[in-house]
Amino acid sequence: MIVYKYIAEILFYAFMILTFMGGFMAVRSKMLMHAVLGLAVSLFGVAGLYFHLGSPFLAMMQILIYVGAVCIMIVLGVMLGNTPDQLAVKNFSGRNTLLALLACATGFFTLFVAIGQTKFVPAAERIGDMSIRFVGENLLFKYCLAFELISVVLLTAIIGAIILARGGREEVAK
Amino acid sequence: MEILNSILPELIRIVICAVCGAVIVFGNALVMGYAERKLAGHFMLRPGPMEVGFHGIIQLVVDGLKLMGKQLVVPAKADKPLFMLAPILAFAPVFIPLLVIPFSDKLQGFDLDVGLLLILAVASINVLAILIGGWGSNNKYSLFGAFRSVAQNVAYEIPMLISLLAIVFMTNTFSLREIAAAQSPVWFVILQPLAFLIYIVAMVAETNRAPFDLPEAESELTAGFHTEYSGMSFSLFVLGEYANMFIVCSIATVFFLGGDSGIPLPYFEYSGAIWFLAKVYALMFFLVWIRWTYPRTRFDQLMNFCWKYLIPFSLVNLLITVVMVKLI
Repeated sequence: MIVYKYIAEILFYAFMILTFMGGFMAVRSKMLMHAVLGLAVSLFGVAGLYFHLGSPFLAMMQILIYVGAVCIMIVLGVMLGNTPDQLAVKNFSGRNTLLALLACATGFFTLFVAIGQTKFVPAAERIGDMSIRFVGENLLFKYCLAFELISVVLLTAIIGAIILARGGREEVAK
Repeated sequence: MEILNSILPELIRIVICAVCGAVIVFGNALVMGYAERKLAGHFMLRPGPMEVGFHGIIQLVVDGLKLMGKQLVVPAKADKPLFMLAPILAFAPVFIPLLVIPFSDKLQGFDLDVGLLLILAVASINVLAILIGGWGSNNKYSLFGAFRSVAQNVAYEIPMLISLLAIVFMTNTFSLREIAAAQSPVWFVILQPLAFLIYIVAMVAETNRAPFDLPEAESELTAGFHTEYSGMSFSLFVLGEYANMFIVCSIATVFFLGGDSGIPLPYFEYSGAIWFLAKVYALMFFLVWIRWTYPRTRFDQLMNFCWKYLIPFSLVNLLITVVMVKLI
């Protein structure tokens, strides 16, 4: 049985590295398309972490919503606006840097405070019941707020795709 | 030694699953490739492949060897890493759904609680692969093919999911084995004929096959998203397409045609698997049949048909199902 524990541990680190590498690629890549695919890799890593934590339902939903919907939406937006021989415009300067730092700091401290204040209890034995009734009741009563907030993410993805694609292909032609 | 004993059965199981998956994917591509060309020939009153072996039976093996020997051409202005990644991304995930398909009550890789969700999640990667391939080729035909493919796939996923959801409400589970077992007296095709029809239409659109093969319409787009691909990278797309056909037909069999149920054959423990494969290949024959019988639809007709007919009808069907489940 101890072997399974080691395998699970190795998988945890593998998924973690995948998440970080995807995130790094998303931030540092010179091409917009590569950045989006980095995001997809990162989200896959997060799905793997959910799987490792014993929630295959959440892992499947992560892939279905984030990789299947959000990433495809952004990729479609980028496809409209960019060709493969076009590098992304460097916009790490002045006001943008400040705004980016502000956004990162807000996210970091919100999570930091939230994690600091949470009392972590070991996950109970995985609930074997995966019936539709169980999933539906939990999504619509217990985790209603989280469920509704997910739709905000989709809205953000749509707006982001529009902003990225706004330039259009016309500039390339000139 | 003790460690080895504890993990060996599971290890053997994983290896067997992987080997069986590979056998199904490649064997299915060989059989369907040959069957499709032969059937297409006969539908058009010509013999089809005849030269290599008896009635051209090893034609596909020779074709495979030819494709393996061909040069992989990467267009000069293409995005090389993405161009090479796309066929792999289109082909590699097809092994995962095969793990959860219940070929019979004893033959199944893993019985996952969320089997249906796994298959749907993996199917979304295929769309991403087509998008990457179409964009990475840096060619307007490929790009248009990829655009059409994603518009079509995203639209037809909705009626497909809603029609399957009606069955999920009736059985109250996502596990494919339990859904197959739930229809021992009556198949769901009799209880849910509308859902079956909607699923069949959406299935043809999801696999990008004629009459809905707009992403690779050769008269307008050369070959759509795989215009620039040659040799093995092209054949990976084709292998992926045949494997996807097998998967969607398996889902149809599990959800509507009673899974592995059928008259048990004497002296054979796994007769369920024979019935399962017979049903799957009957559906595949149907797919080939309509591909070579009907002309291609226009793109606006395709999208109108989905948004104006399939989605409203599937929603009505779902509503009626929910009311019936509550009442009974």
